[in-house]
Amino acid sequence: MKTPKIDRRSFVIGTAAVGAGLTLGLKIPFGASVVRAQDGSPEINAWVVIRPDETVVVRVARSEMGQGTITGLAQMVAEELEADWKKVTTEYPTPGQSVARKRPWGNFSTGGSRGIRESNEYVRKGGATARVMLVQAAANAWGVPAAECSAANSVITHKPSGRTTTYGKVAEAAAKLTPPAEVTLKDPKEWKLIGKSIKRLDTVDKVTGAQVYGFDLKLPGMLNAAIKECPVFGGKVKGFEAAKVQGMPGVKHVVPVGDSAVAVVAETWWEAKKALDALPITWDEGPNAKVSSATIADALKEGLGADQAFVRTQVGDVKGAIAGAAKKVEAVYAYPFQNHAPMEPMNATAKYTADKCEVWVPTQNGEAAFAATLAASGLPADKCEVYKINLGGGFGRRGAFHDYVTQAVRIAKQVPGTPVKLLWSREEDMVQGRYHPVMQAKMSGGLDASGNLIGLHMRLSGQSILAAVFPQNLQDGRDNATFQGVDPSGDFTLGYTVPNLLIDHAMRNTHVPPGFWRGVNINQNAIFLECFMDELALAAGVDALEFRRKLMSKHPKHLAVLNAVADRAGWGKPAPAGVHRGLAHMMAFGSYVAACAEVSVTGGDKVKVRRIICATDPGYAVNPAQIERQIAGSFVYGLSAVFMEECTVKDGAIEQTNFNTYDSMKIAQMPKVESIIMPSGGFWGGVGEPTICVAAPAVLNAMARATGKRIRTFPLKNHGYQMV
Amino acid sequence: MARLTINGKSLELKVDPSTPLLWAIREQAGLTGTKYGCGVAMCGACTVHMDGKAVRSCVLPVASAEGKQITTIEGLATGATLHKVQRAWVDYEVPQCGYCQAGMIMAVAALLKDKPKPTDADIDAGITNICRCGTFQQVREAIHAAAKA
Repeated sequence: MKTPKIDRRSFVIGTAAVGAGLTLGLKIPFGASVVRAQDGSPEINAWVVIRPDETVVVRVARSEMGQGTITGLAQMVAEELEADWKKVTTEYPTPGQSVARKRPWGNFSTGGSRGIRESNEYVRKGGATARVMLVQAAANAWGVPAAECSAANSVITHKPSGRTTTYGKVAEAAAKLTPPAEVTLKDPKEWKLIGKSIKRLDTVDKVTGAQVYGFDLKLPGMLNAAIKECPVFGGKVKGFEAAKVQGMPGVKHVVPVGDSAVAVVAETWWEAKKALDALPITWDEGPNAKVSSATIADALKEGLGADQAFVRTQVGDVKGAIAGAAKKVEAVYAYPFQNHAPMEPMNATAKYTADKCEVWVPTQNGEAAFAATLAASGLPADKCEVYKINLGGGFGRRGAFHDYVTQAVRIAKQVPGTPVKLLWSREEDMVQGRYHPVMQAKMSGGLDASGNLIGLHMRLSGQSILAAVFPQNLQDGRDNATFQGVDPSGDFTLGYTVPNLLIDHAMRNTHVPPGFWRGVNINQNAIFLECFMDELALAAGVDALEFRRKLMSKHPKHLAVLNAVADRAGWGKPAPAGVHRGLAHMMAFGSYVAACAEVSVTGGDKVKVRRIICATDPGYAVNPAQIERQIAGSFVYGLSAVFMEECTVKDGAIEQTNFNTYDSMKIAQMPKVESIIMPSGGFWGGVGEPTICVAAPAVLNAMARATGKRIRTFPLKNHGYQMV
Repeated sequence: MARLTINGKSLELKVDPSTPLLWAIREQAGLTGTKYGCGVAMCGACTVHMDGKAVRSCVLPVASAEGKQITTIEGLATGATLHKVQRAWVDYEVPQCGYCQAGMIMAVAALLKDKPKPTDADIDAGITNICRCGTFQQVREAIHAAAKA
């Protein structure tokens, strides 16, 4: 392990706060004046506060939304700190504190499976730095060299004399010390906490009803708001008849919210919702009122054959190779809009006065919520604060987008001094999403006489998330995120070497706002690529695993996970009667992932996903038990999507308004998931998202084997398939 | 006005009788462990017990709960002793975000009252709650563990 150097006053890591509008560097606040937590306990550094009762408070900026990140990050801080795990607890710093202190905690954004992989180094350094200071404080008190002292389980021992003291006793003195200029991180072989399936820190309150989600927040004098925004994206409010509902029980205010929404503010949310439902609102639906799923699909279809497209990868001469191939294979796939539908609908609570705006919000990105608060309130950063509250799911909806924060602040500004909790109904949540983008793909392949893949063209046509959300991140107009999983290098590298290869994207944007949806663009790219690989193997008359392996000699880590699932499943050996297998693998969010699904299809349309074996190589596995849960959970999200989920557009608006038209898997449909966690070391990959992308193509490939039919448009319910 | 018995306590709530029980529990009784997920009895996040049976409180008018024993997640434990389902949920680390789990736990507690040793088929038929984090594998393990406890 290299020894990182810390320039103690300006340690800067280049973490651009994408979308937050805040691009300060990361500075660890080192100095002789003691910074104190709210309860007066000394802060050893930004990550570590030690209370006199020995409690170790680990503070991290990433959000816990069920994925286990907070526990994992605490494990890493505690590992280097040599803290007694039983005494570890966590808390969130606020974005306002972070900005005021020049971003000591780095990036708050909790998306892209970055929570651990992109903060592991600085949180470990935070723990190590604090340990060195605590040991030094003990050594100073004893008048001995620090080198003669060691720390374990929050206890410092002076080896020659056998004297001991504890972190809680020396914390005050440690906080006054000058931090070390550099710290040495442990070799992974020495890890005691990292890599262990330690129980998560946040379970008990979730089983007793005690955990407070954003939607549960209560503040003194608080009112509740229900909102309706123009269901046609881009539309506006033409008018509303407040007088019709103003006398209804509990109703306090009926207010416009921006130019596109109306809110009712009442004593209770149920009263607000009843009044909102009764409120006559007329909309100016704007230019998109005629758009439908069919018109969008036509625009995408045109892109499949368009001359102009953004080229991501071009190797050799694809057109020539395919034209001269012994066998040509072509297929068109299509993937729909999908809603995140976290169980907790969007909400935010805001309190506004002329000199302070406070927001309480379940968010994946506290800084982006802070930026939205600043913009909507018109107040400067030192007069705004955001308090992160627990999330009832995020999946990307609560990361880049804080439209509900903007709304809550706009409402609160109209009732200054009164806290207002804005909660969206499920119906509002369904029609005001930031949807998984629509995408079509035309896959063209050429095989030589021996069945080798000699040319592959993957033409994507559809929406760009970046063009809509972070246009500053486009590269010469091209959205590189569109190519997740089929990139030439990086965290989403294509696992095949094809001598003639063209991957390009005809960008066809729609008025339906796209968003980052757990797994993002690799979900559909994995389906397009890995289903088509099976189509090519079938055309070549070669086993699907063998066909892939021939293209993977330069991709040993991809191959390792693929081999792992194939071996575990007994690929090549007969499956039980009526059971069919399918494979898929990708590199996603820095991790190598593969799946082998076992599926039965009965009665022609009843699909039982019996078992999925999943392998992941995330480089390092911080908490294997939590990784297993993320794998199984990601499969629920991914399989719900491919079987059931589609948001269709009619007259410019989303048609599905609740779970009765936008279904999600139940326990009866849950396959047995077997995880193979095989960290190979030397890199840090993500966990929350990567595996989602291999579930669908593995199941689809198994279904094609079971039925002899290849389905290329989704969700499967549109073809009559039911998950049983 | 409605008189409800929630977790053994008799409460006089200032609420329109047509208000769904869910909102009376949350907004009048102030017990926020019971969640709103859909409002149309599709997701089960609002599951509570009414006279020992699991009901989806988001579509049940508060008037129909009068005179019944309502138990919410806050009333499932006995003092500081967790219910065996809650205990299994902790042991098997079931919750991810946790938002749906109050409803899931209440549904499972009612299932186990009916079927103390449920088969997988019983679980499939009896537990139809939506969990978007996808905790079902742990839910199933924990149900079997709770049944043995």
